[in-house]
Amino acid sequence: MELTLWTYEGPPHVGAMRIATAMEGVHYVLHAPQGDTYADLLFTMIERRDRRPPVTYTTFQARDLGGDTAEMVKTSVREAYDRFKPQVMLVGESCTAELIQDQPGGLAKSMGLPIPVVSLELPAYSKKENWGASETLYHLVRTLLLPVVPAPNTPRPKRDPNIRPKANIIGPTALGFRCRDDIREVIKLLAEIGVDVNVVAPMGSTPDDLLRIPNADFNICLYPEIALTTCTWLSRSFGQPIIKTVPIGVGATRDFIAEIGKVADIDVSQALARSHADTLGNWDAARVSSAAEVGASRLPWYSRSVDSTYLTGKRVFIFGDATHVLAAARMATEELGFTLVGIGTYSREFAREVREVAKKHGIEAVISDDYLAVEAKIAEAAPELVLGTQMERHIAKRLGIPCAVISAPIHVQDVPARYSPQMGWEGANVIFDSWIHPLMMGLEEHLIGMFKEDFEFAEGHMSHLHTAPSQESRRDLPSESVATDHAIALTNNSNQAVLTPVAQAIEGITWSADGEAELKKIPFFVRGKIRRNTEKFASDRGITSITVETLYDAKAQIGQ
Amino acid sequence: MALEPCTELPVKITADIPVLKERGQREVFCGLTGIVWLHRKMQDAFFLVVGSRTCAHLIQSAAGVMIFAEPRFGTAILGERDLAGLADANEELDRVVDQLLERRPDIGTLFLVGSCPSEVIKLDLAKAAERLSTRFFPKVRILNYSGSGIETTFTQGEDACLGSMVPVLPRSDEAGLMVVGSLADVVEDQFRRLFDKMGIGPVYFFPPRRASNLPPVGKGTKLLLAQPFLSDTVRSLVSRGATLLPSPYPLGIEGTTAWLKTAADAWNIDSKVFEEAIEPPVKRAKIALERYRQALTGRKAFLFPDSQLEIPLARFLSRECGMELVEVGMPYIDRLLMDKEIALLPEGTVLSEGQDVEKQLDRCREARPDITVCGLGLANPLEAEGMATKWSIELVFSPIHGYDQAADLAELFARPLERRRRLTV
Repeated sequence: MELTLWTYEGPPHVGAMRIATAMEGVHYVLHAPQGDTYADLLFTMIERRDRRPPVTYTTFQARDLGGDTAEMVKTSVREAYDRFKPQVMLVGESCTAELIQDQPGGLAKSMGLPIPVVSLELPAYSKKENWGASETLYHLVRTLLLPVVPAPNTPRPKRDPNIRPKANIIGPTALGFRCRDDIREVIKLLAEIGVDVNVVAPMGSTPDDLLRIPNADFNICLYPEIALTTCTWLSRSFGQPIIKTVPIGVGATRDFIAEIGKVADIDVSQALARSHADTLGNWDAARVSSAAEVGASRLPWYSRSVDSTYLTGKRVFIFGDATHVLAAARMATEELGFTLVGIGTYSREFAREVREVAKKHGIEAVISDDYLAVEAKIAEAAPELVLGTQMERHIAKRLGIPCAVISAPIHVQDVPARYSPQMGWEGANVIFDSWIHPLMMGLEEHLIGMFKEDFEFAEGHMSHLHTAPSQESRRDLPSESVATDHAIALTNNSNQAVLTPVAQAIEGITWSADGEAELKKIPFFVRGKIRRNTEKFASDRGITSITVETLYDAKAQIGQ
Repeated sequence: MALEPCTELPVKITADIPVLKERGQREVFCGLTGIVWLHRKMQDAFFLVVGSRTCAHLIQSAAGVMIFAEPRFGTAILGERDLAGLADANEELDRVVDQLLERRPDIGTLFLVGSCPSEVIKLDLAKAAERLSTRFFPKVRILNYSGSGIETTFTQGEDACLGSMVPVLPRSDEAGLMVVGSLADVVEDQFRRLFDKMGIGPVYFFPPRRASNLPPVGKGTKLLLAQPFLSDTVRSLVSRGATLLPSPYPLGIEGTTAWLKTAADAWNIDSKVFEEAIEPPVKRAKIALERYRQALTGRKAFLFPDSQLEIPLARFLSRECGMELVEVGMPYIDRLLMDKEIALLPEGTVLSEGQDVEKQLDRCREARPDITVCGLGLANPLEAEGMATKWSIELVFSPIHGYDQAADLAELFARPLERRRRLTV
């Protein structure tokens, strides 16, 4: 048993639903108890789809368990086929059905339906949503394409140089983070360098489309969590190379274009040169109007403009799925000038890559799907900005830290109506705005640092967000925060370090009144870090009472 | 009999109303969803689901749009080791509860909530709750109920939760009125003022606002149900000596009057006192309701099964708003709790119990109702087909009971129509 307050991923059958719902002409019969239809809401509400997901549930109840639940599966399969006439049927179980072992996939296959039936084996007690999606896509593609796989070692015919190269975009699903707009942005990027799109899958594709996958020259593995298994199989079976760079961020988009240039053997130097020119920020009228077209991101100039200087060295903690975390880490450090103080992912399959990035920044990666462990690590790192998932919003609220969402799991507000890709040139623009927004604006930051006693612009106040100061942000000053006394009492009672993410003095060290008073003068968003550094400094030197002097000694030694 | 498609068994009940009983795919929530409002009603309680990742995912998909500094619910997710019997389930549960209570020492009542997986593998949570309760008592009380989909539908989760609290209610044989079922705080206060005016008391609300503040029960307790989905809770309260006052539910002016009258009669309140007490709010409510009645009258309504509120709502919509009822679906019908309401439905109302969602959708499409009351899984798809919908879950989350909410309740149904009138693109 594992105590879970928030889960980063749903069960694997939700991943399978994401594939079925993304596609047309595929129906999914899911052996599941009454109530599991809640998953329809993910699509009709969070993603605001205008159709029911193509999923038929058996919705068995307790009274059915004494009877023939296998017969329920057959009835459901038959009725779903008659009513929806799909081209392919997926059949699988949810976690409860897995316990009663009716083998629905096998049953459905034995029913003699005139269409391919894909039996899904998704172990709900050991695997999760993304794995379920990846596995479903792989089995679907494999089932459809296995009959046309050429004999091993058949060389792939060379592309006629007069024909533009063709690419498949593999990985975008229903309920993916900004998949809808990422695809548009990537198609634009490909157009810019003269590459045609063959099939986008699974989003918007039909089983017939999947049959055309082998016609492309290469596959773009856009969301590796979903697509890598399939791309690897396609590469092995059809000799299609895989583009592995995920174009999130200006640098990564440049690398993406360069990689395609190399794999497709086309000249991309113009597109790259155009992108480099952005950095200079020559925004005359002609550039501004053409910027809506292709080959321009405003991020490089915005980030170089003096208004962004105060972003230098902002301490950022990044968590999410591996793809978005790796991209965010690169953008944060190379394109926005932040300092990476924490990084982690819940995608264990890609732990190695995340660990490598962490190592480069001299930190340790958090590879975990335990919300409490992530919370503890964030508290320990005391960042000024958290880039994470919907779950990190809860953590950030508790700790009073600004937060932006960079990865699924998401909620309804992260499926916006406006064009909001993460990928490509426009994606970088979107990211610049959404990451900077939660931070305190520069002028306000200076003034609050200088004048502490303003009646309106108090500690932790961010007037551009139209909110009163967060009580939470003041929690490490018990003397001045009445409202949080209760919360502090709670955390102080606890003696298990993992569960007490809120700053606590190191054993045996106290703050003198003047030291404490001086600490309050430090801007609130770095105060946690200063407090921690000073306590460590004191502890290392055997100082038991921290005075004003200790505080400044520590600051001089350690810096911010 | 497994998933017999559409077994149409017209059963005679009151006033020649046939009930269409159906079995098939049910598009409903499981009882775990009750946690979404119960955690707000009882702020000192924590709900720990013992189940799978699906259960955890359900609750956070429903409630996770709110940002919690301190979540008030969580899931002990069963792993392969638990299923294989490699880990002792009781030891595991103890460890998880220790971990939780250490993080949240402010929790006064902890509900261990059973789920489909825990029921199927027959994990004895009742025993576990008892054992843990002995360990943590009196600081924390640990109770158990099932919110599993195989046993409970949506609001039945509240029934199960309240039911689990009944055995620990203090005993008192003194006369008292217990209002059973979660009500919005503002509605509770309104009812309390009305009861005070009539001289009915003491009045206890169950569930209480704090789980530690339990109302007493005994031979003198009279039960007035505010919600129609509390079958088990009522039966356990009755078994502790309480008497049920059968009544229509306090939805709409008529329902509220009937409901208050039931209590007044039990307390032998003079009818003049009663009339005087209710006159000002009734007058107000009539004025407020009128404009929505005009918008709704003559319109056709189709109600999908969801919360058990369907029959009282249909009664309100037809009698007080002048709507025509195409079909009134219920997840299940408990005659003990519903007869007073069924008697008030217009003759010939089509009632259905259970669901085969595809067939019900076919009927709905064919009838082209003016408003369809349904769950969120169906609402947007039906809107896209050009049908106005009222998503039913909102009725569980909104203050809809009592006189001063009668117009608000009607407004919930008029709003989608008004919206369609306003939008031009």
